[in-house]
Amino acid sequence: MIRIKCPFCGERDHSEFTYGGDASIVYPALDATAEEWHEAVFMRENIRGMQTETWHHVNGCRMWLIVQRDTMTHEIRSVRPAHEGLAGVLEDDR
Amino acid sequence: MSARRLPSGGRIDRSQVLRFTWDDRVMSGHPGDSLASALMANGEQVLGRSFKYHRPRGVMSAGVEESGAMVTVGEGARRDPNVKAPMQELFNGLTATGQNAWPNVRFDFGEVNDMLGRFLVAGFYYKTFMGIPPFEWGKGTGAWMWYEKFIRKAAGMGSASREADPDQYEQGHDFCDLLVVGSGPAGMSSALAAAEAGLDVMLVEQDWELGGSFLSQTGSESKNRCADMVASLNNAGVRTMLRTTAFGLYDYGVAGLLERVTDHLQSPDPYQPRQRFWTVRAKQTILASGALERHIAFGNNDRPGVMNAAAGRAYVNRYGVLPGERVIVATNNDSAYHSAIDLASAGAEVTLLDARSTLPGELSERIGEAGVSLRTNTVPLKTKGRLSVNGLELAVISVNGWRARGAESCDAVLVSGGWSPVVNLMSHRGVKPKWDAENACFLAPSRHETIQMAGSAAGYWRAADCELSGIAAGSVAASALGKKAKSLVLPPIGGWDLAIKPVYEVKVPGKKLKCLVDPQHDVTAEDIRLAHREGFVSAEHLKRYTTLGMATDGGKMGNVIGLALMAEALGREIPEVGTTTFRPPYTPVSIGALRGRSVDEHFRPLRRTPMHDWNLSNGATMTMAGLWHRPWYFARQSETISEAYVRETETTRKTVGLCDVTSLGKIAVQGPDATEFLNRIYTNPFAKLPIGKARYGIMLRDDGFVMDDGTTWRLSETEYFMTTTTAHAGKVMVWLEELLQTRWQDLKVHVTSVSEQWAGCAVAGPESRKVLATCVEDASVMDNDAFPFMGVVETKLKGGIPCRIARISFSGELAYETYVPSDYAVAMMDLLWPQAEQSGGCLYGLEALGAMRIEKGHVTGAELDGRVTIEDAGLGKMASPKKSFIGSALRNRPDMTREDRPKLVGIFPKDRSQTFNAGAILCSVEQVSGLGEGWITGVTHSPVMGHWIGIGFISGGHEAWAERTAIAADPVRKGNTEVEIVSPHMYDPSGEKMYG
Ligand SMILES: [Zn+2]
Repeated sequence: MIRIKCPFCGERDHSEFTYGGDASIVYPALDATAEEWHEAVFMRENIRGMQTETWHHVNGCRMWLIVQRDTMTHEIRSVRPAHEGLAGVLEDDR
Repeated sequence: MSARRLPSGGRIDRSQVLRFTWDDRVMSGHPGDSLASALMANGEQVLGRSFKYHRPRGVMSAGVEESGAMVTVGEGARRDPNVKAPMQELFNGLTATGQNAWPNVRFDFGEVNDMLGRFLVAGFYYKTFMGIPPFEWGKGTGAWMWYEKFIRKAAGMGSASREADPDQYEQGHDFCDLLVVGSGPAGMSSALAAAEAGLDVMLVEQDWELGGSFLSQTGSESKNRCADMVASLNNAGVRTMLRTTAFGLYDYGVAGLLERVTDHLQSPDPYQPRQRFWTVRAKQTILASGALERHIAFGNNDRPGVMNAAAGRAYVNRYGVLPGERVIVATNNDSAYHSAIDLASAGAEVTLLDARSTLPGELSERIGEAGVSLRTNTVPLKTKGRLSVNGLELAVISVNGWRARGAESCDAVLVSGGWSPVVNLMSHRGVKPKWDAENACFLAPSRHETIQMAGSAAGYWRAADCELSGIAAGSVAASALGKKAKSLVLPPIGGWDLAIKPVYEVKVPGKKLKCLVDPQHDVTAEDIRLAHREGFVSAEHLKRYTTLGMATDGGKMGNVIGLALMAEALGREIPEVGTTTFRPPYTPVSIGALRGRSVDEHFRPLRRTPMHDWNLSNGATMTMAGLWHRPWYFARQSETISEAYVRETETTRKTVGLCDVTSLGKIAVQGPDATEFLNRIYTNPFAKLPIGKARYGIMLRDDGFVMDDGTTWRLSETEYFMTTTTAHAGKVMVWLEELLQTRWQDLKVHVTSVSEQWAGCAVAGPESRKVLATCVEDASVMDNDAFPFMGVVETKLKGGIPCRIARISFSGELAYETYVPSDYAVAMMDLLWPQAEQSGGCLYGLEALGAMRIEKGHVTGAELDGRVTIEDAGLGKMASPKKSFIGSALRNRPDMTREDRPKLVGIFPKDRSQTFNAGAILCSVEQVSGLGEGWITGVTHSPVMGHWIGIGFISGGHEAWAERTAIAADPVRKGNTEVEIVSPHMYDPSGEKMYG
């Protein structure tokens, strides 16, 4: 069981979260071409090692988080809110 | 002669007698006995029959690795098969039976398999039954499947009860600074060291007593040491859990524990669960899980009377049971000397065979004093006897291997082939144990992540060293958590006076022996060589082919010997051949404990609408829709479901009907950018939706397939009320949150799930306006002109109940959806229903709702299954060509715009008196096979049309099938039906009833 330190709620079991996907994907503009969208939606790396990914604290604060996780060892290097503004507010609070 | 109870000694309470039943015979034992020790004390030798050959088996160990005394405990619904007798605590009234034998374990007809043994070698079943005539021409698998059920009956273990499990199980969660697994010298000392340094420590022990190896030692010194440590643990505040197995270790210091709460009690408190499944999150973990003694593969080494040497010592010292009067102890290392000494001191005549040529100094003196006779360079070759051992043929070392040398009579053989540290839990963490040639065992790294090994689990053989390694590990754990702790210098691992001499198998030229490697699965040394000769040269394939290590002990008995034999066959060293990989669980975990309380009505959460009781008291029969309990139909007098929903449909279409629609997902979308947000997620334009209007919208996924549909109401410049389907409410909410928090962080929008906050009632039918007008405070808001189709009003029901109403229709009639805050749900129904009743109306449920929506060709979750494009659903005109939205780029990919894609259609039976089922495959008349041309998602009897109708998808849509007949193929249920494919809009296609 992975334990994730939610910046809002503290350390919780991964069963409270749902996995989103590769957080390094930059989704194209809505009016971008089908090729660009195809690239973003389907062409994914299968990373062995440290990966930046999104998780949703769905049974908690409902915040989307950016997690750096090693796919081999499950070591989590960092967790931050996906929303830059919220990340900034947390920083200010510290 | 067999085992007997000693007049004194041991940790049993002779002053109390416990009665138990073995194979319908009443026997007695004492508190402190295991079932195995009690059976031995009663002179029982054959306690089981082996898996494949039905060979007689007795007690082989005193612990979890037991592979002989596998019994069935309990009766009826509480029958528990494959219980290891040494692990079952004896209690008054215990009932146990032998298994895998007929008529009983002492006289078993299945033993004929043993005589046919040469035909039942590794892979026998597969080889024989997968190619047997008349199936040999390529239909082997079918033949195997046919024979398999008979083979399973012949080869097996105990059988579980077929009755429902009457017991309750619980699941618990806990946290600690340090989790210590095992309570031997290392476990207790590490727990103490850590607790004294200030850590919150949990100590778990699978046995019913703390002490581990202390329990099978003699002498007041070790007894006092053990008692002192137990007392200190209590004083130090260590939380100890007995009868609790740490069965698995997972990421982040999470451990799975199984606590057996009542398995040792005659009449447990009915409020106690049988077992508890604990999830423990520990900051640090110490595995002081001990080591298991290995046996040696020699001829008939599984005959009752053969057990491991440490077990013999445990039976004498802990249980006061002498395994035999004339005992041969065979060893290749120092540890069995203690067993020989203790058995001799208890009165047995003991001969010690040591495979080594020199002797461990001090120990050999002590065995002399105890009267043990000793032979060096000697190993066991083959046991003699039938249902129990009555002699042992011996072998001695010669220039090229072993050579037979005489025989001795005996009634028990205790074997020590070395020790395997229990690295299982560390192995669960993906760590590969490494072979330590000096100690002839696999060792895990002493530290990995937050986990440490201690004691004999780390390869320390002396009790004093184990204690030291425990203290050291406890101190390391304390320091890791910022506590002050002393650091210790550890002795080197190992610690025997004289090195072990590896002996895995004893064989002599020209002698055919049945040497068991994995006794539970009847895997012999010859099976391993045969598999190798047949080309199974990878250790992993070899294991699977022979099933070595796949029995309920998970390879605890046979893995190392098996690897050694594979290495020999391949001409390599053990570390080159492979390692042992253990996976959870360490010992079997009952399914009941895994499910916990999530059973029957607690299997999943139940959602009820705030008008649940109101529906029930008004005659609703309920059904499940996802997690929701929803009214299915409201039967009057003796109506059947079909009579009820047909009446409800007809009444609604003629006058008015009320339906609880609270389960629809509801999301408040608020903020200055709410309009822009909706315009991006819906395919149709939302930019110009006026305040006070609702719009039906479709959302796609990024890949262009339909995600969900629903109506969204504009309440103000900056606020919308979105509804989703019942099925996708959660998914849509997650999706909106993802978009706002990850992709579109600049949008000033907040979304809130308000599904629970608003209760909804559909008021449908020609009289619906009239009914609502009498229920609102200001009847003028209901005027047709003031409140047109797709209009929205926020107003009050009589009595000041706040409500929001939209004129939208799922039924195809003039209809409204009315929402009030959940607490007013019953008040709303109490207002609406008398008015509806006066107008000749009815309450309707899910069945009528479904019938009306099928007539109308409206889609639901059954149609929007994630594989459907907006065009497939017949809603292509809802995709705006003038704007970009989620999914707009990818929805036009070539395969998603093909003309022959399955499209939404209506379905009539060709012969109108016929019917068909949802789930049937639609085929052309020419080819009623394969994947077909489409499928049926919903079927109802249509009162309007007077016959059965369906909705579904078929290639090219209804235009392509205008002149063709299709077949609704349903071969395993009601057979095939000829059908006509029609437009999905089967009722009022122009919509004049809705708009009127
Ligand atoms: Zn959170």
